[in-house]
Amino acid sequence: MPIITVNNLIKKFKSLTAVDDISFSVNEGEVFGFLGPNGAGKTTTINILCTLLSPTGGSAVIAGHDCVGRPDQVRALIGLIFQDTTLDTGLTAYENLRFHAYLYNLDHKLTGRRIDEMLAVVELTGRKNDLIKNFSGGMKRRLEIARGLLHYPRVLFLDEPTLGLDPQTRNTIWEFINTLRKREKITVFMTTHYMEEAENCDRIAIIDHGKIIAEGTPAKLKEMVHGDIIRLVTEDNARAIAEIREAFGIPAKEENGGLFLEVERGEEFIPRLLHGLSVRTRSVNLQKPTLNDVFLKLTGRTIRDDVLTDDKETTREFVRSHRRAQR
Amino acid sequence: MIQFRPIYVICLREFIKFFREKSRLLGTLARPVLWLFVVGNGMGSLIKPQAGFSYLQFIFPGMIGMTILFSSIFSSISIVWDREFGFMKEMLVAPISRLSIVIGKAISGTFISVAQAVIILVLIPFLGIQIDFTQFVEVIAVSILVSFCITSMGILIAARLTSFDGFNIIMNFLVMPMLFLSGAMYPVTSLPPALRHLTQINPLTYGIDAFKHVLLRNGTPPLGPEFPLMLDLAVVTAISLVMITLAALSFRQKE
Repeated sequence: MPIITVNNLIKKFKSLTAVDDISFSVNEGEVFGFLGPNGAGKTTTINILCTLLSPTGGSAVIAGHDCVGRPDQVRALIGLIFQDTTLDTGLTAYENLRFHAYLYNLDHKLTGRRIDEMLAVVELTGRKNDLIKNFSGGMKRRLEIARGLLHYPRVLFLDEPTLGLDPQTRNTIWEFINTLRKREKITVFMTTHYMEEAENCDRIAIIDHGKIIAEGTPAKLKEMVHGDIIRLVTEDNARAIAEIREAFGIPAKEENGGLFLEVERGEEFIPRLLHGLSVRTRSVNLQKPTLNDVFLKLTGRTIRDDVLTDDKETTREFVRSHRRAQR
Repeated sequence: MIQFRPIYVICLREFIKFFREKSRLLGTLARPVLWLFVVGNGMGSLIKPQAGFSYLQFIFPGMIGMTILFSSIFSSISIVWDREFGFMKEMLVAPISRLSIVIGKAISGTFISVAQAVIILVLIPFLGIQIDFTQFVEVIAVSILVSFCITSMGILIAARLTSFDGFNIIMNFLVMPMLFLSGAMYPVTSLPPALRHLTQINPLTYGIDAFKHVLLRNGTPPLGPEFPLMLDLAVVTAISLVMITLAALSFRQKE
């Protein structure tokens, strides 16, 4: 049974339509992700669901309570972790959590125990009485997760939960979220523009210009894009191209000093490929389709337009231009 | 709908932060001392004592009013800080009424201002004023009323202010004129008519006049109180109620 039901939701800011007639539902216990570039309408949708904004049209219902009509009932059921930190940096970790417990009317006897429990989960027990202004970005985010879960919400909203954090901290935070999710059976609704992060979701809706353009499991979405890309650097690329065409009947393209070929099940193909080549190979790189490729296929744009530097990114760039040409 | 636990914890947060920020406490105490003993003595040499009160004694009620003005505005403008640094969201998504947030902010701002007004009273022995216990209680009662009024006004402004850039405008075009047009440093009846009308719509004028009634007992204009005490209390109470209602209403709106 769905815990979040959104029907024909519209939000307009003057002439800008931030959310353009979207409908979706999220099942209880599921991790549901909104993936899309900045400005796609992800945060606006979250703000409507958590009662901070009124929609221009349509409806949003959480656990049977209407987000517009019964905001107090909705608020008691949800926990939020925002894009930017919402901790009071002038207070200690304990004081921030106690403030939250009082706002959510947690039982007095339960408060102290619950705070200790949550601090232990996010491994901040030793920092309980330290001021937040002395915390690192990762520690703040962990404390916010502890706070968001303090009142045992049924739905946890994560708006870009790991934005601006280094990959290591990002992984740690996802370990926390996954552990907690198994223990508390909560539903998670998250937004992100990191494809790696979206992989953690059970189901994803890809959103662009306020509209949902695709929805499904990560695996299912990636099936929309066919084939793996192998990047190969050899001592004699021209000869390698000829040999590959001869032995496997696959056209390879040369670009930026490397060879690119598109195959099914790349990991199985690589041993055969190396065995079949007489030229010496300097490096091999396998690129599986990502959700970004799905986004690219659907919109013709990438989610992030970062500077591309290393080999892996060169491969991605090739994949992009290659797929663009295919369409 | 008023909920007591959220109001309690919102107040608690403000008190913890107030006592933790020593510089803020020091600043609010240094300002009246500077005014009293530097400006008070400097100007005092020009103005003769009248009806038994010196200029230094005359500006003391005004200095209590000034302390409350700055403290209350600072407390309520902290809402803009909360919004800028995101903490306001933590309160807005919690299952508490907007009215509880406004009441919590108003009560905490009031108490912090009253605490500072009381601390200023330690200067009394240096001014040659004597107050008895009844006057002490009356000062606290007037302080609560004036602090609540100014804090509510500040909350109303803070609810409308979208960024912290507006703070300087508020300080220069509202707080400073309110202080100068309040009778804190000179009797308002001696001002030209145009300015005198401005003092009449300033709640601080009546607040400071009430302090004069309490502290400069038996004083007469120009250095004593200028309006009847009942008028002072009635005006401050009325403005307080209007301000807190408007503040609560403007907090209810969302996009």
